[in-house]
Amino acid sequence: MELIDIIKQENIVYKKSKVLNDVVMHYCPGCSHGTVQKVIAELIEELDLQERAIGVAPVGCSVFIYNYIEVDWQEAAHGRAPAVATGISRLNPDKFVFTYQGDGDLASIGSGETLHACNRGENILIIFINNGIYGMTGGQMAPTTIEGMVTSTTPFGRNAELNGHPLKITELIAKLPGTSYVTRQSVHTAAAVRKCKKAIKKGIQNVLEKKGTSFVEVVSTCNSGWKMTPVAANKWMEENMFPFYPLGDLKDDIKDEPASKN
Amino acid sequence: MAKIIGAVVVDEEKCKGCNVCVNECIHDVLALHKEVNSYGYHYSYMKNSDKCIGCANCGLVCPDTCITIYRAKV
Repeated sequence: MELIDIIKQENIVYKKSKVLNDVVMHYCPGCSHGTVQKVIAELIEELDLQERAIGVAPVGCSVFIYNYIEVDWQEAAHGRAPAVATGISRLNPDKFVFTYQGDGDLASIGSGETLHACNRGENILIIFINNGIYGMTGGQMAPTTIEGMVTSTTPFGRNAELNGHPLKITELIAKLPGTSYVTRQSVHTAAAVRKCKKAIKKGIQNVLEKKGTSFVEVVSTCNSGWKMTPVAANKWMEENMFPFYPLGDLKDDIKDEPASKN
Repeated sequence: MAKIIGAVVVDEEKCKGCNVCVNECIHDVLALHKEVNSYGYHYSYMKNSDKCIGCANCGLVCPDTCITIYRAKV
C-alpha cells in the first residue's frame, strides 16, 4: 500500500482541533505552552464547550492564548486572573470559566488573588504552567525556581540563604478547603500528555458540576530561558524538576476514579 | 495477518524543528529534514515511512499542532 492510499480523510486518527485558530503560535520551538493549549482546545471541542467557555488570559508569554483558542477571552491585569474569573463566573453561572497562568503571574504577583479565589472555592479552573523561570522577560529567577537552578539573575544557581526557598504553591492550595481537585501534571511525553488531558478534563467537569475550584499545575520547560535544546530541557526537567515537584494528584475530593495514576 | 500502516503529514511551514516528535517516535520514523522552511527551521519529515504504525505519539507531543496522522489496515 502506498502512502497516497493511506492519506485519506477517512483514515485520520489525529488532527488539529477546530477550536485552535489556524495561526502559527509565537512560542519558541518546543515550548510546553503550545502542547497545553492544544490539549485545552481539544477538550473544549470534545465536551462541546466552545459557546460556553470564557477564558482569562494572564500576563507573560501565554498572553497571546486569546489569539490561538477560539473561545471568549478576557485579559486580566498581571496576576489578577483569578479575581477577574471570580467576577465572570459569579455573573455568568452557566458558563465555564478558566484561567491560564504562568508561574510569574500566579505564584509571584498574583499569589494573593490565587490563594483567596481558591479559598473561597470559586467555580473556576486554574491552569498553572510552572517552568521555574520568568520566560518572557529574559529568564530571571521566579518564586518557583528550584535550588541550584541557573537563571539570568542567579548566575551561580539559586541559593536558599540569599534568594529564599522555592515556593510550592500547589501544595499550599491543596490545603485550602475551597478546592476540590488539585493535581500536578507534565506534557513532556505522549503518555504525560494523555494523563494531563485526563486531569484537565476532570477539572472541567468539576467546574461544570459546581464542585469548587480545580487547580491543574503543569510542570513545563522553557528551553530558551534555560538555554537548552527542547529535548535536553525535557530531560533536565525529568531529572531535576520532578524530584522537587512530584507529579500526581495532591487532592481529590471527588472520590471516584482518580484522573491519573502517576 | 492484518497489518497496520500509518502515515504522518507534517505542515512544513508551521513546523519549528524542535525535535520533540523525533525524540518521541520509538519506531524511528521521523527525522529533521536537511532543508529548511521559509522561517529557517529544519522541519520534521517521515524518513522511514514503512515503519510507521500511526500511534499518534508524535502528534500528541507536537507543541505547534502541525502533525496530522493517518492509519489504515492492510
